[in-house]
Amino acid sequence: MRKLALSDDILLSVEKPSRYIGGEYNAYNKDPDSVEVNAVFCFPDVYEIGTANLGMQIIYEQFNRREDAYCDRVYSPWTDLDQIMRERKIPLFAVESQRPVRDFDLLLITLQYEMCYTNVLQILDLSGIPLHAEDRTQEDPIVIGGGACAYNPEPMAAFFDVFYLGEAETRYDTVVEVLKACKARNSTRQETLEALAEIPGLYVPQFYQVTYHEDGTIASFTSTNPHAPAVVKKEFCIRKDSESSDMDDSLPYPLRPIVPLSRGMMDRATLEVMRGCIRGCRFCQAGMIYRPTRNRSLDFLKKAAVSMLESTGYDELNISSLATSDYSDFREFMEFILPYCEEHKINIGVPSLRIDSFELDVMGKIQDIKKSSLTFAPEAGSQRLRDIINKGLTEEEILEGARKAFEGGWNKVKLYFMLGQPFETEEDVRAIPVLANEIARVYYETVPKEKRQGRVQIQASTSFFVPKPFTPFQWAPMLTAEEFTKKAWLVKDTMREQLNKKSLVYHYHDDNQTELEGLFARGDRKLSTLIEEAYKRGCMYDAWGDHMKYDVWLRVMEEQGITFEFYNYRERPLDEILPWDFIDIGVTKRFLMREWENARAGKVTPHCRKECSGCGMRKYHGGVCIEDKTEIQ
Amino acid sequence: MKIRLKFSKQGSLRFIGHLDVMRYFQKLNRRAKLDIKYSKGFSPHQEMSFATPLGLGLSSDGEYVDIEFNTVPGKEELLRRMNEVSLPELRITDACLLPDDAKNAMSLLEAADYTLKFREGYEPWISRGNGEGVFEGIEDFFEKFEKFLSQPSILTEKKTKTSVKEVDLARQIRLYERREDAVFLRVDTGSASNLKPELVMETFFRTCGAAYNELTFTINRDELYGEESGRLLPLIGYGTDF
Ligand code: SF4
Repeated sequence: MRKLALSDDILLSVEKPSRYIGGEYNAYNKDPDSVEVNAVFCFPDVYEIGTANLGMQIIYEQFNRREDAYCDRVYSPWTDLDQIMRERKIPLFAVESQRPVRDFDLLLITLQYEMCYTNVLQILDLSGIPLHAEDRTQEDPIVIGGGACAYNPEPMAAFFDVFYLGEAETRYDTVVEVLKACKARNSTRQETLEALAEIPGLYVPQFYQVTYHEDGTIASFTSTNPHAPAVVKKEFCIRKDSESSDMDDSLPYPLRPIVPLSRGMMDRATLEVMRGCIRGCRFCQAGMIYRPTRNRSLDFLKKAAVSMLESTGYDELNISSLATSDYSDFREFMEFILPYCEEHKINIGVPSLRIDSFELDVMGKIQDIKKSSLTFAPEAGSQRLRDIINKGLTEEEILEGARKAFEGGWNKVKLYFMLGQPFETEEDVRAIPVLANEIARVYYETVPKEKRQGRVQIQASTSFFVPKPFTPFQWAPMLTAEEFTKKAWLVKDTMREQLNKKSLVYHYHDDNQTELEGLFARGDRKLSTLIEEAYKRGCMYDAWGDHMKYDVWLRVMEEQGITFEFYNYRERPLDEILPWDFIDIGVTKRFLMREWENARAGKVTPHCRKECSGCGMRKYHGGVCIEDKTEIQ
Repeated sequence: MKIRLKFSKQGSLRFIGHLDVMRYFQKLNRRAKLDIKYSKGFSPHQEMSFATPLGLGLSSDGEYVDIEFNTVPGKEELLRRMNEVSLPELRITDACLLPDDAKNAMSLLEAADYTLKFREGYEPWISRGNGEGVFEGIEDFFEKFEKFLSQPSILTEKKTKTSVKEVDLARQIRLYERREDAVFLRVDTGSASNLKPELVMETFFRTCGAAYNELTFTINRDELYGEESGRLLPLIGYGTDF
């Protein structure tokens, strides 16, 4: 029987003890001592959220398929266990081997959202690892950060030895090899970090120095160690030799994913059909950092879908990507998977759809039309603003899609919008309820009275726009919390003026998280003292609304002279050195600037399949960049 | 056709709750590629019913679930296929084919066997504020416990979510044995009369003037029974081999 790190009395006194026992079906459960390099992967949030993460499962697979390496896992202990561990001085342990995190060679922490930053400090603290990278010794693991937020690692730079910039598949094997060599040579920590700094895509913050102008902006950003390159290039998977597939089928993928013992956020298998997005919405970071769009091969997807379902017993398959229906072989794949799922009584989830007849047909097969709703994400209410953000979706397309959906039997529609995008006017905000009303009108026009089942329901939700690095809007000013709230009220009031107001519902989140998210998204190294101090005063689980101690954050900000004016509210000039400028994501800054100007001019940029706009990725000769564009108009 | 499975739940799986066990079986059945009968409707589900939930922290060798199949392989084959894709700490140990008109496991339930072993470090004569000074040692413990059980009636309060009612433990305990250093209890279980071994110990400790620490024992459920013409029958005995 497996020996657990926590005694029965602790496990029986905390909420959901199954979070801490590991031993799930399909977990590898290797002996950490039996391999040359052992790592522990950390998702700095609770187990149920962490286990749902596909990136984690890919890295987990990548390490564990090697004979000489092992990857275990750890998640944030919930506040009840956190307190017990501090009181009784129990070191944080990995869930499978139940060994202390500090005993591993590598601690890989994924940063999926900014609001997890204090949880990262909790992980280090409970593990007994010094918070500051520079204070660590040979006895501590090398702490590597990754994930979407690592594209601006600077606010967290003090706490990480290394950041891995880009897609995990390409370089973790090299990391293992380098570590093996360093261990064999008995390298010092410094030597190991230098060796790691030479691996493409790896960034060792200690080896760089930042100086600032008097106004707080960056004056210089330089490498101080000959092993550390001045510019760090993001890593990504590309395959040039194939006609049908852009992602290599032999890349690690969790064909036998871990099945959590307690119900997770995603009690289902996740299949990534492609990476990247051809559309180029100007607010969207994923749309830029995952360029170019790369398909997975149809053969791989068929094999992977069946393997994942059979090896887990899941009864739901989630087909994922940024815009699934842009996947080139979408139709062929659906023609394969629909009958398979019907035979095996498996539900399919397909988010991010565009509404055309084929898709409605697909949706009709996989959803209970009476109960489910169709989702559109126009992101902006007016055509003017949709052009500014480059959301290639016209009002006609939306209304036409809705009409088809209503004809197909749906009577619930969900609409997603963002408030506070650059150049937004009052008119643009009012256009949100107007559009919702139009859709309701289409329903009453399309569906004759005798066929209506209850009232049509149009649900509009808004979120607040946060400018992100490596997007054309990275220079844009962000709104203040008051301005956001005012806009939400304007939507609400305008909603009430609509003819079909009884069919319209409006939701918005009014939380303080957005401003802090904005702060960290485009922050610099000066924010590390803020994060550390807030953590020391009890901030943790900031992503969990009721745990966010906003007043503490504000107080520390004031004490340290950190302002939203500087980080969030001002428009950044184009010649300012941005904290993340040392990273080369392939998409050029020139392209982002051009897109920022196009936004100002309300000029639409076509998507990658229609026409190449020269974003900079073409030089890598892969994915959508080398697709034959003549056949698609 | 309805199949009754007997299974054990041990080790770290003691910390997963009943709902998670239900979900575990849904996936296990799929992994084993069993021809389970599904309910009709837009989102069909497997027809399964469990005998009775097991408290968090308890281990068991006597858990039961009834599952409806369309077709089923032979028993050995079924057990092999399921265990091949199950965790080491959850084993399917037996199975039987139920008659078509069989009552489900839950409604048959009348009694259950439990074995309570002293948890190392929590023995009530050692420390942890659960009876030191009251019990001098293991022999003294059993002496007092047997005396406690020999009373014609043992009244105590049983708290449920909504009410407090008085019960007589003496009428609910069907069998007691000392098995080396362990306590073996057979108690009423089911909708008519239900007793948990923890309540027996809690009451006993209170009678002795000691506080009961719920960690004193590790508790294992050994078997579940129904009652047929006055005799207890393990739930696996209600069907036939297949
Ligand atoms: S180079 Fe052209 S086709 Fe390739 S990702 Fe950039 S815009 Fe799209």
